[in-house]
Amino acid sequence: MPQIVVEDLIKTFRISKRTPGLWGSLKGVFSREYRNVHALDGVSFSIDQGDLVGYIGPNGAGKSTTVKILSGILVPDSGRVSVMNHTPWIDRIDYVRRIGVVFGQRTQLWWDLPVIESFELLRDIYSVPQHKYAAKRDELVEMLDLGALLDVTVRQLSLGQRMRCDLAASLIHDPELLFLDEPTIGLDAVSKLAVREFIARLNKQRGLTVILTTHDMDDIEALCRRVLVISDGRILTDGTLADLRASVTRERWLTVDLAATDMAVTTFADPDAQLIRRDGNRLYLAFDPQRVSVADLIARIARNYPVHDLFVENPPIEAIVARIYAQRRISPVAHPSVNTDHDAVAEK
Amino acid sequence: MKPYLAIFSSHFRALLQYRAAALAGVGTQLFFGIVRLMIFDAFYRSSTIVQPMTLDEVTTYIWLSQAFLLLTMLNPDAEVSAMIRTGNVAYEMTRPLDLYTLWFTRGFSGRAGPILLRSIPIFVIAGLFLGLRMPASVSAMLIFIVSLCGAFLVASSIVALLTISMLWTISGEGIARMAPAAIFFFSGMVIPLPLFPDWMQGLLALLPMRALIDTPLRIYLGHLTGADAFAAIAHQYFWVVAFITAGRAVLAVGVRKLVVQGG
Repeated sequence: MPQIVVEDLIKTFRISKRTPGLWGSLKGVFSREYRNVHALDGVSFSIDQGDLVGYIGPNGAGKSTTVKILSGILVPDSGRVSVMNHTPWIDRIDYVRRIGVVFGQRTQLWWDLPVIESFELLRDIYSVPQHKYAAKRDELVEMLDLGALLDVTVRQLSLGQRMRCDLAASLIHDPELLFLDEPTIGLDAVSKLAVREFIARLNKQRGLTVILTTHDMDDIEALCRRVLVISDGRILTDGTLADLRASVTRERWLTVDLAATDMAVTTFADPDAQLIRRDGNRLYLAFDPQRVSVADLIARIARNYPVHDLFVENPPIEAIVARIYAQRRISPVAHPSVNTDHDAVAEK
Repeated sequence: MKPYLAIFSSHFRALLQYRAAALAGVGTQLFFGIVRLMIFDAFYRSSTIVQPMTLDEVTTYIWLSQAFLLLTMLNPDAEVSAMIRTGNVAYEMTRPLDLYTLWFTRGFSGRAGPILLRSIPIFVIAGLFLGLRMPASVSAMLIFIVSLCGAFLVASSIVALLTISMLWTISGEGIARMAPAAIFFFSGMVIPLPLFPDWMQGLLALLPMRALIDTPLRIYLGHLTGADAFAAIAHQYFWVVAFITAGRAVLAVGVRKLVVQGG
């Protein structure tokens, strides 16, 4: 039986509408109009023990709402959730003992206390026996390289240091399931790598189930084999990264560097490859590997153009996801070009 | 129980650090005590009618009320308010703790440290130099301690209720400004309750505010003894139960409709 089962989850928020202007404000005192926002509109999925699942979607898609319901914070309007045989919002206290939660934009450490005192307070809150706590603390300190940070007051930590401490804090009570809500948000490249490496290790070595929401597609590519895509409160796709790619497009990308000496090439034409973008001597081409084999295409391009270097790659996951969002937003027939996909990614 | 004790002690210790704030508090409270004393002194001199309290008793009442001033300054818990405003309250709910007990503990520990830090110096200084008398008797002293605990519990359960109301109002400004005025007036902080007109006494005896200041102080003075003292303490604990019950009920509704701000 899966560790997490979510069925037909619905959550609607009621937001009061403010009419602008003085008259509107006066009116608002006596009567308010409300507008319903469907944060979740029938979300279902299931997750097995030991999975590392990426949960992605644009802002306001319902990612955080799902995580908050799964971690016992919010109560849904309707739907069924069973996590390790608990319904989070019903037996919240017994349930949250078994899970760990990290919200990247907040901290669970006590702002005014040294890191180690936050850990000790969490030990007491979760009633972790001292010997277990000591072992766990030493292990986490070693894995996350926290030795030098333990006596520092939380307010003095950098964001990257704080996130490492927050990750450790969420694991003090040895949870069976970890929710990470944008754990790499705002981190520099080095800290991101450290966080990713740690998450991958936890998942691989302990079989800890991890549910990760993020806007950072590199997180997804580095960590998650399975990806759930949500938009407007509905699950759009659910599957492996490869499935996700295939469902949107079979397209591969070919990047060609033309020989620097020859600037004469002003136009590019090939029956099977489409020019997406040109950057000086660098051409970005898209092609369908089922229509033309990579070898044939490369041979032909090398024959017709002065090629200096070339390589083939999958379209970045950003482009894929942006295309999914775009396809669902606009009518299913419309095929937005790759360029608008890039813009959509840049906006986020 | 242990988790709550750990939270209590960490808060208590943290607040004991604010010695400068306590020192400033002691200074202000002594100053305002003297001002209040001068006003009452003037009243007593200009009146020929026999008052329900002697000026000596009023003096002791004023110093004790200055010492325990913070029992009447009841605002929503600042930490929880900030959490509700920023959405950090999400983390509070992922702890295996009863949310009401947690917030009650926060409110209680947020008050105990500062009150202790301020009341002891005021006691000593006012006792030595400013006319604060010792308790009426040893038994009065013991019952006073019981009723002081009652006052702490009433204060904390009111704070918890105010804090929970933040789930609706978010900013809490309105309540934070309204509640202290009513509490101040009806607790005996402005005028000792026995000096209020007779027609108000019935109402004052029912309202919860007297449990904060007037009840322990009059037990200390020996005004309330035996059955009267017992009834006054019962009144305190009645309100503790009432505020806790109300707080829990309101919280249960609040959690169901909770919208966590941001992200």
